[in-house]
Amino acid sequence: MTGASNGLDLLCAHGISVALGSTQALRDVTLTLRPGWTAIVGPNGAGKSTLLRALAGLQQVDAGRVSFIGRPITQWNARALAQQLAWLAQQGEATGELTVREVVHLGRLPQLGLFTAPGPADEASVDAALVDAECTGWQHRRLHELSGGERQRVLLARALATGAPWLLLDEPTTHLDPLHQVALVRLLRRHAACSTAVVSVLHDLSLALLADRLVVLADGRLRAEGVPGDPDLHAALVDVFGGALRIERLGERWIPVAELEN
Amino acid sequence: MAEADRKRRVRLAITLTLLTVLLLAAGLAAGSDGWSLRALWAMLQGSDAALIVGQIRAPRTLGAWLTGALLGLAGATAQGLFRNPLADPYLLGSASGATLGVVLVLAASALVGHGISLATADALARIGLVAAAFAGALLGVLLTLALARGAEQTTRLLLAGVVVGVVLAALNDMVTSAAPDALRGKQAFLLGSTGFLGWASCAALGTGLVLALPMAWRLSRALDALTLGEDSARSLGLRLARVRTALVAALALATGLAVSQAGLIAFVGLVAPHLVRRFAPAPHGFTLVASAAAGGTLLLMADVLARSLIAPQEVPVGVLTALLGGGYLLWLLRKRRFA
Repeated sequence: MTGASNGLDLLCAHGISVALGSTQALRDVTLTLRPGWTAIVGPNGAGKSTLLRALAGLQQVDAGRVSFIGRPITQWNARALAQQLAWLAQQGEATGELTVREVVHLGRLPQLGLFTAPGPADEASVDAALVDAECTGWQHRRLHELSGGERQRVLLARALATGAPWLLLDEPTTHLDPLHQVALVRLLRRHAACSTAVVSVLHDLSLALLADRLVVLADGRLRAEGVPGDPDLHAALVDVFGGALRIERLGERWIPVAELEN
Repeated sequence: MAEADRKRRVRLAITLTLLTVLLLAAGLAAGSDGWSLRALWAMLQGSDAALIVGQIRAPRTLGAWLTGALLGLAGATAQGLFRNPLADPYLLGSASGATLGVVLVLAASALVGHGISLATADALARIGLVAAAFAGALLGVLLTLALARGAEQTTRLLLAGVVVGVVLAALNDMVTSAAPDALRGKQAFLLGSTGFLGWASCAALGTGLVLALPMAWRLSRALDALTLGEDSARSLGLRLARVRTALVAALALATGLAVSQAGLIAFVGLVAPHLVRRFAPAPHGFTLVASAAAGGTLLLMADVLARSLIAPQEVPVGVLTALLGGGYLLWLLRKRRFA
């Protein structure tokens, strides 16, 4: 973990609850996120995406509040917040005729607003994001011509191009092959190491256990939070996944192992 | 921008410009005895020439282009706003609102004893009809916005548009069954016509285009961002409710003006953006402008055809655009085998 936590550069949830229709998606979740890479894990329907949306200010909470740098997130000016927090949607619902480069350019909107034309600095950010997400080779193809994994990388590049210090990513490894999953993990670690905070919802526990910290959700409740080697965290993981796995040590790392017998 | 994309956009721009120039000339030449440049020339020699070409054909030709341009712009705006390639300018209640306005005026004048129909409308009555249609279109959209409690949610907006359309259509039917004289006028209005466009219409349509096009164009980046999904657009710092309201205003202005001057012309607003995206896929900044140009070209083409196909009779231009537009969509359907 890097960056001195002076109490101001933090994203916090204070006892938030969210109901989606008749489902209670989050129940009284209190959580403080710090610079570094945090992975949010839990079974399907645990409320992971809802938590991330609430942290990004995209989901109204029914109780409690989310604060960012000491101010309630609802009081932030939309553009000022967008310059600080980039959010990547779970499944690319992107449609339309834009090329890869044009999509990544949209990441500059928080800096530019709607009415300012992009300048050389914006082009440079776009280029850097395309390189980071390994999309440079096909930046002039259209989004709808790409495979799922390629689209995912483009949308990641769009989030990176914002230059926001906080990246909130919902399932960024969806559709990615193992090569690009590993490339993404390296990218996230790299960004987390240079004072950017990365918060990602992850299905894949083996990837999540490479993060600096993990947050375990189940049934809309916060079940555990800690570093990958934390035995309490391991116990919570085994519990929320119904004993389908155990966590084992492999050198410096921790990996999930499926339990094949009941 | 990739070189290939740029070339396609330039090619489309040149094609549309050339077509517009050709069709403008054809529109000046097309008269009740068929059209030929020789006839135009002969007429220009005669003393009536200035009157016929200058007061009838020229404003009608220009007005047809402007109406089509407004519809093309409104269609591209609606399709971007609703993230749906099948959205058309009439979705938000403007069509049924305008129809109701026209029907009310026609019924009222029938009750007073001055039967007017669109075909025999004299100047004063015509102004009344235009104003009623425009006010009706705007009120229809306002009603939709009120029902949807603003433009925050597109699904709610679309549903409200459907509700307003159905309810106003029922009111229309009620009025026409009480005052059957209004029925003929209503039908002529629903068919759409470029026959009544004079210089005053051109001025109104032109003003509308000059206002609505830059307004929509300035917000085109928001439409681009919306292609990523609503949450993603919001996460980029866009205030969607505000942006959407402004776009709906541009849409309502463009549609209301087109409808009030030329009635309900079908398919131009739907097909023009399709054609543009097909030949030169691009961000919305280009698509909006090109769709306006394509809409103008399409309606002008339909107008010239309507005047000359069975001259001296005229085919209602709305019938032609419906045939052309329907044909295009059918071709699209057959070409794209939906798996």
